[in-house]
Amino acid sequence: MHIKILGPGCANCANLERATREAIDGLGLSATVETVTDYGEIAAYGIMRTPGLVVDEEVVLAGLVPTTARVRELLSARLA
Amino acid sequence: MTTDAPTRTGHPGLRRGATLAAAALGWWALYSLNLPFWDWLLGDVAGLDLDSRAGGAVHFFLYDSVKILLLLTGIIFVVTVLRSFMSVERTRALLGGRREGVGNVLAAGLGVVTPFCSCSAVPAFIGFVAAGVPLGVTMSFLIASPLVNEIAIALLLGLFGIGPTLLYVAAGLTIAIVAGWVIGRLKLERYVEPFVFETKLRGKPIDPAYGLTWDDRVRMGVEEVGAILRKIWPYLLVGIGLGAAIHGWVPAEWFAAHASADNPFGVLVAVGLGVPLYSNAAGILPLVDVLFAKGVPMGTLLAFMMATVALSLPETILLKRVLKPRLIVTFVSVVAAGIVAVGYLFNAIL
Repeated sequence: MHIKILGPGCANCANLERATREAIDGLGLSATVETVTDYGEIAAYGIMRTPGLVVDEEVVLAGLVPTTARVRELLSARLA
Repeated sequence: MTTDAPTRTGHPGLRRGATLAAAALGWWALYSLNLPFWDWLLGDVAGLDLDSRAGGAVHFFLYDSVKILLLLTGIIFVVTVLRSFMSVERTRALLGGRREGVGNVLAAGLGVVTPFCSCSAVPAFIGFVAAGVPLGVTMSFLIASPLVNEIAIALLLGLFGIGPTLLYVAAGLTIAIVAGWVIGRLKLERYVEPFVFETKLRGKPIDPAYGLTWDDRVRMGVEEVGAILRKIWPYLLVGIGLGAAIHGWVPAEWFAAHASADNPFGVLVAVGLGVPLYSNAAGILPLVDVLFAKGVPMGTLLAFMMATVALSLPETILLKRVLKPRLIVTFVSVVAAGIVAVGYLFNAIL
């Protein structure tokens, strides 16, 4: 699983990254997490509110910082 | 929040309705008791002379802080719940392929109702322009969004009533429409960083407003109130503190001599001061309230407030990522000119 955190390095982006890493650890997944800070790259995903969460090149979340539980739900839905 | 265990028989919609009704009633009770409470506590219990300078300033500071906090809490909650039906993605879809003119009007209107934080100005700018929304129409959206926002409307309503609020909203929309249209007419596309036009949108955009339940919307409302209050309280305290000091210590004659409607440079000076200042409506309106009571004309004050919330140094620095300096200077000048015009117009007709 390849996960990207989209955001220009704001506090919310860091919070999203932390929630995502916690969710990955909680689920025992093997996933790579990459942060994307370039505005052009971010906008190319079609999101207009940061931060964004991309799983295997698909945007699953944009414009808000989810709880760790919510990220777990999103990630386990992708596993099924 | 209720501590009762959820009952199987209780209808969730009904329970939510009852909780909201109780919250609204509690809010109204606090709002009505605010003034008598401070009169009683500071006047009767603490024995302060509320007509003295220090007593008046303390009373003003406490009463105004509570009043503004209550107004903000109520209005941010209601607006967030209503806005959860809109999203920047939907706005972009509505604006795609619009001609200038109609597009500017629509963009300014959508700027008011779309949930949007100026911290997302850059990705939104790229997203709009890359999706084919004209530059001037995008600008109308970006100008209207901070200028006519729920915080400003909440506080204007609470402090000045419906008349000045409608005037402010109408003026803000007009500035956003006209300034965006002018920027579009000037054909400044070459001053946008080229990568914006080269950005290819891939993947289907997700709509964050899709599939939300009423419980989600109410929770978003509560979270937003917390988030905004955490963000603006320093501005609010400084604004009310300065307001209280002016209320108590700066004589009205000083303002009458320097900032009355007779002073032809009043509005220009107000806008010149307001542009580099960075604050939000919550920090500015307590000051506006006091200055109005001291006799500074409404047009000058609204111009000061608009210049402060619509244009700021940090925002222009952010926009440098996508706009070349020439376009930023044009953007600031066109908007500032619109604000000056509105200020003089209001001073002349009010």
